[in-house]
Amino acid sequence: MNFLPYLFAAYAAIWIALFLYLLRLGRRTADLEGELRELKRLVDDRSR
Amino acid sequence: MSRILPAATGIAVLAALALVFLVVPTEADMGIVQRIFYFHVSSAWVAFLGFFTVAGASAVYLWNGSRGADRLAHAAAEVGVLFCSIVLVTGPIWARPIWGVWWTWDPRLTMTVILWAVYASYLMLRAFGGGDEAVARYAAVLGIVGVLDIPLIMVSVRLLRGIHPAVIARNEGGSGLVDPWMRIGLLVSAVALILLAWWLTTLRVRSARLEEELATLRRRLFVRPGEVA
Repeated sequence: MNFLPYLFAAYAAIWIALFLYLLRLGRRTADLEGELRELKRLVDDRSR
Repeated sequence: MSRILPAATGIAVLAALALVFLVVPTEADMGIVQRIFYFHVSSAWVAFLGFFTVAGASAVYLWNGSRGADRLAHAAAEVGVLFCSIVLVTGPIWARPIWGVWWTWDPRLTMTVILWAVYASYLMLRAFGGGDEAVARYAAVLGIVGVLDIPLIMVSVRLLRGIHPAVIARNEGGSGLVDPWMRIGLLVSAVALILLAWWLTTLRVRSARLEEELATLRRRLFVRPGEVA
């Protein structure tokens, strides 16, 4: 029996899931940092 | 630390993959598909560790109201559900060629699905319940209660006569890891995934801290003078 496709599918699923989660987390953090910078600038402008 | 952890994770993952695909011998009964076990079992251990972290951090949050503990619980729940999902996807991929079915309602499999559902509910509660203090407390209770399922999963292979194989020790359900390289492969895979989960959790905690900082700034910015933020 050729079980290679099952082995490939399992490891592909693992790395795709981890990669997508990392990508989502990275994008979310970058968006938050951008928004935070913008808001800090607005707060500074207001306090002047 | 911010650079050491990703680097250590990368090295450990490469070492684990090299061991699993180049060094460990092929299991006699199951053949090449048994190599799924190394990351499948390690993912289960990492998920359990994540859920124990949720329970511990939730207990600390309920005890002293620490925001840091609540952030850690939320982050660990997310990472735990990710690894538990990996377990529930890779398990059936192994089961199809070995058992002849994708899924069976074996006690261990069923309780793992329940564990996943409990912590998926925890995440839904956090996502849709809003940032209310009461929601965080309900979630903390759920995070502590959910972890009680883990000891049942651990003993279910022996006590409930399931068909899921015991990985470390030989039993009627399947073969143990007889070759020392198999045990080393499993150990290194577990260390690699623990480091990976640790890294992901720290990233998620950082993202949660940014969200809170942003919410505080928004309140400061959009509250009129004289109003309480």
